[in-house]
Amino acid sequence: MPQTSFIDAAGTLAQNRTLLRFATAGSVDDGKSTLVGRLLHDSKAVLVDQLEAVARTSAERGFGGAAGGLDLALLTDGLRAEREQGITIDVAYRYFSTAERSFILADCPGHVQYTRNMVTGSATADAVVVLIDARKGVLEQTRRHLSVVALLRVPNVIVAINKIDLVDYSETVYNDILEQLKQVTAELRLQGVHAIPVSALEGDNVVERSTKTDWYTGPTVIELLETLPAIDEIESENDPFRFPVQLIIRPQGGLVNGLDADEYRDYRGYAGQVASGSIKVGDEVEVTPGNFKTRVTGIDLAGRAIDSAFAPQSVSLRLADEFDLARGAVIGAVGTLPEPVKEIHAEIFWLDSRSAVPGTRVLVKAGTQTVQAIITSVIGRRNLDTLAIEGTDELKVNDIGNVVLRLASPVPIGDYNQNRRAGAFLIIQPQDGSTLAAGINTNAQFDEFDI
Amino acid sequence: MSISEIKTGQKLAEHRLGLLDTLESEAIHIIREVVAEFERPVLLFSGGKDSVVVLHLAAKAFWPGKVPFPVLHVDTGHNFPEVIEFRDRTVEKLGLRLEVASVQDYIDRGILQERPDGTRNPLQTLPLLEAITNGKFDAVFGGARRDEDKARAKERILSMRDEFGQWDPRNQRPELWNLYNGRHLPGQHVRAFPISNWTELDIWRYIERENIELPPLYLAHEREVYSRDGMWRAVGPVSMPNPDEVVETRLVRYRTVGDMSCTGAVESNAVSISDVVLEVAGSTLTERGATRADDRISEAAMEDRKKEGYF
Repeated sequence: MPQTSFIDAAGTLAQNRTLLRFATAGSVDDGKSTLVGRLLHDSKAVLVDQLEAVARTSAERGFGGAAGGLDLALLTDGLRAEREQGITIDVAYRYFSTAERSFILADCPGHVQYTRNMVTGSATADAVVVLIDARKGVLEQTRRHLSVVALLRVPNVIVAINKIDLVDYSETVYNDILEQLKQVTAELRLQGVHAIPVSALEGDNVVERSTKTDWYTGPTVIELLETLPAIDEIESENDPFRFPVQLIIRPQGGLVNGLDADEYRDYRGYAGQVASGSIKVGDEVEVTPGNFKTRVTGIDLAGRAIDSAFAPQSVSLRLADEFDLARGAVIGAVGTLPEPVKEIHAEIFWLDSRSAVPGTRVLVKAGTQTVQAIITSVIGRRNLDTLAIEGTDELKVNDIGNVVLRLASPVPIGDYNQNRRAGAFLIIQPQDGSTLAAGINTNAQFDEFDI
Repeated sequence: MSISEIKTGQKLAEHRLGLLDTLESEAIHIIREVVAEFERPVLLFSGGKDSVVVLHLAAKAFWPGKVPFPVLHVDTGHNFPEVIEFRDRTVEKLGLRLEVASVQDYIDRGILQERPDGTRNPLQTLPLLEAITNGKFDAVFGGARRDEDKARAKERILSMRDEFGQWDPRNQRPELWNLYNGRHLPGQHVRAFPISNWTELDIWRYIERENIELPPLYLAHEREVYSRDGMWRAVGPVSMPNPDEVVETRLVRYRTVGDMSCTGAVESNAVSISDVVLEVAGSTLTERGATRADDRISEAAMEDRKKEGYF
């Protein structure tokens, strides 16, 4: 196993370091806050004044655990209401680095509104860490967390089998849980799952390799996090070029001081972020709406002309032909853009206290386009224990289910199962602007149900 | 133990964006989204390093066009003169419109009262909110980062504010993928934080890489200071030492620039940006803990101010 070394200035300053976003899921009882605190503490991301505050509070509360009497869970306590109630109520973002990589951790509370928080945390995550209490094994809640992860297609899953110290570091217990886990992941068709025996409280196999689990030869949590591929790496390499246009840069009168007005009089740059794949100057591309074909004549990265770009770079493209393109247009590799559709068969994660019923008028935001829409039918609610869709005509807060949406104008939305950014959308309340739901276009056939 | 096969990172090396490029790309995407979807954005610009970085990113986002929105400075009146000079020069260089909301003006008009401790950071809220209302700004860019503080760790990238400028941490919109929902009711506005995901070290490494100019007090310089509450305070018109506090000349620099009366300096030999990067990388105190007296008052200090509409 590679030796992991932590923040020394040289490592932190390495130029080739990359970023990994991951989320943690699990309840307070699983020791999630302690695991997060342990990651921060052992990777030396906790600075002296924060540590002093934790030590003070630990002492006041009479915490008697390990790590020199530090209640590491306190490191993740955010808002005062949470501290008073001893719970976490919202996703909190934490930052830490090792010599290899920088991490953004979305810490998702497990108890309250777990669907909402899990979806929020997982939507941008390259990896999710799911906690299991070694004394309890795979619970209903574990299945639910893994279901959300599977539906959102998070490419890497780390299952931390925690509190392994409380079962005497038993390999048998670990193997039993692994069997349960294999069954669930097979049912969910979940890819890229890794299980690790850990004790967040004692620090076993989180950052430091445990001396008490010699039967376990795999990586520690941090070693895995340092090596797993980020979504953008996977999607820029394997998927076709896709570029939703955010806005058109035509400086005309408002040119940057010092630039030659004549040179930039006709400048027209299509600004956006590469959603997947890569592009080179000279490549032929296709534009929707309109199905025009043209060629990329230039790629600008803030005043610097570059030869090629890949996900997730923000650039401006110059094209050989002038089209009347606006925000919402999508530029993509020839022959790969989805046909714009006026109907979406979607899996949605309903996040608002107002229910979704047939006839609900909403807005759909996909890529850089927002259109009016109606939920024409609610197909059913997903039972997170069996993953089956059960017929209903109403989705309530924290329900996951299938619906059909009719759109006021066609949108080139892709299949989420092929590309996450191309197939993801928001459902928005048209009057007050609330985000009602997260949606993914699955192109599923709902014909087994009466619509 | 691997339960099923994963895609390995091996053959992906060619398309691997580094940390700073990833953060820059995300920030530019956010800035462009806000400009595309809002009527009247504005950028809070204090001359502090975080707002300087946001302005730099905005300039990159719209090149070869100018930054398509004005900047707003909430001026406490307790300024370091070097910062004001830097502010004006930067705005001039980029050809931007500068609006100033003056705390002093509110005090002169009797609307705000000076606090007994003399700090004016908490007094910025009202002038800020009125400047937002009067300017009809619907999106307000800020340089806040989630790593600064526990309350900010839960802040969204696009964060709704009601007509009192209040942040309701229990009722935040879920933020999904890179789809930002900025729709709001009349009277509400949105705070937009493009560098939410940057750490202090990321900021410094980016300043170094992009060669971004900063007010000179971020680098070590000799200054007359005295020690109070474990921080070095500059001697100045609004920060005079008490008779028992000893004034001495020391080599110091600032990690944040704000209200001169409550912003402390740290002793430092960092005379260049790369020195600062090394210093920050090896630092053991958080930025706010080290140098902001007002954040040390209580553990929930920042949360309280944010709820009241602070940045």
